[in-house]
This record gives sequence, structure tokens and C-alpha cells, in this order.
Amino acid sequence: MPATLIMFWMFAGVAVVSAVLCITRTSPVASALWLVVTLFQIAALFVMLDAQFLAVLQVLVYAGAIMVLFLFVIMLLNLGRLSVSDIKGPVGLAVAAFLAGALGLQLFIVARTAPPADVSLPPGALAAVERAEGMVAAVARPLFGAYLVPFEITSVLLLAAIVGAVVLAKRHI
Amino acid sequence: MLLGPSLFVSAVLFTLGVAGVLLRRNAIVIFMCVELMLNAVNLTFIALAQTLGVAGQVFVFFVMAVAAAEAAVGLAIILAIYRHRRTVNVDNINLLKG
Repeated sequence: MPATLIMFWMFAGVAVVSAVLCITRTSPVASALWLVVTLFQIAALFVMLDAQFLAVLQVLVYAGAIMVLFLFVIMLLNLGRLSVSDIKGPVGLAVAAFLAGALGLQLFIVARTAPPADVSLPPGALAAVERAEGMVAAVARPLFGAYLVPFEITSVLLLAAIVGAVVLAKRHI
Repeated sequence: MLLGPSLFVSAVLFTLGVAGVLLRRNAIVIFMCVELMLNAVNLTFIALAQTLGVAGQVFVFFVMAVAAAEAAVGLAIILAIYRHRRTVNVDNINLLKG
């Protein structure tokens, strides 16, 4: 087994284990911290898949900003130490396991189908682009070219989210 | 080379996110499981960007922006509900009217 694949499965294994811990811990703070571990492992997987720029964004935006927001709200609402578990009982567990299992089975079947060969790039094409001009330039070119209008709409969306969050969280408008 | 394993891992993470949403009652933890599902989809996008072109990475950028907006608004809603009902347990939040 090549070294890249061994590294990949190490990061993937930690990501899956900490995701399981995230959904099974009773304390919301513990759940949030295990989710941070998962997000860091996914950032490492991004690097292995030639997405260095998005790996940095993942650490900054997800593990940094969004998870801090989650922890902030958990501590603001004083939910750190819950007396009763919020995990559902045996019936809920069976329903969740059945539905998630069915979905997982479908996803595995879909994941086995290879992407169409006529639109596929040759192996290592993205790594060659990364060596030639770096991943930031490679992502920025379509972002500010073909996807310029969605990019600008995203800024309006973020503005609406800021105003909405302030209005919703305010005690008296 | 890493496409198959990446899609497998992403399917596992998405399934775990769905299981978490179905299993938990705490609204904030449910929200975190939704973030886990978004991340699994991001992993799929980036894995397929290796064979189908760099546009997949641009989509991950958009997903991150939407996730940030969604987290801010969603947590503000949870905060407002907590002020009103003194709980974040979704079994106790069952009325549309205040």
C-alpha cells in the first residue's frame, strides 16, 4: 500500500471515529470539540486531494469561526452540563439506524460508479496545475470569471444573514 | 487514485450526520450534525474536482459561505427560541405560534 494511501486512511479513520464520538457524546461541548477534530481531519484530506486553499479556508472558517459560534451559543445558553441525555431511546435508535443505514447503502452504491471517462481529466492534472501556478490562482480564475455573478450574490446573502441574525437574536426590536 | 476512498469516507461521514440528526433531541447538536453533512458533501466535491476540473473547488467555496450564513441565522433562531421557551429540546418545541 503506498504511503499516500496509508496517510489518507489515518486521517479518514480519525475523522470517522471523532464523528461517531460527536454524535454520541451527551454534553454539547464535547460534541462540538469532537466535531472540530473531524473538521481538522477533513482539512487534511483536502490537502491530500490537491485543495490546499480550501483546506486553509476549512480551518479558518469552519474550525475557527463557525465552531466558535457554536461553542459561544452553547455557553451563552449554559447547556454545558445537561442532567438528562438528549439521545433518543431504543425505538428512536432503531429508526435512526434503519434510515441512516438505508441511505448509507444507497450512497455506497452511487459512490462505486466511476465518473464518465470522456469528461475526466488525466490523472495528476490538478497536481500539475498546482505546481504551475498554485491552487489559489487556479481556484480564483473560475471564481472571478465564470462564477462571478454567484460570487457577488453570495455577498448579498452574507449581508442578509448578518442583518437577520442581529434582528433574531435581539431581545426587543 | 484517492477518488474511490474519498467517496467512501464522504458517504460514511454523511451517513453519520444523518444518524446524528435522527438520534439527537438537542437542537444545537442537530445543527452540528448538519454541518457534518455539509462537510461530507464538500469532501465529495473536492474528490471529484481531481478528475472533473477545478470548478468543484469553487462550489466548495460557495458551500462554505452558505454554511456560515446558515450557522449565524440558525443559532440566532435557537437563541430566540431558548429565550422564549427556556429549552432547546426539539420535542418540546412543537408550536408555530409563540
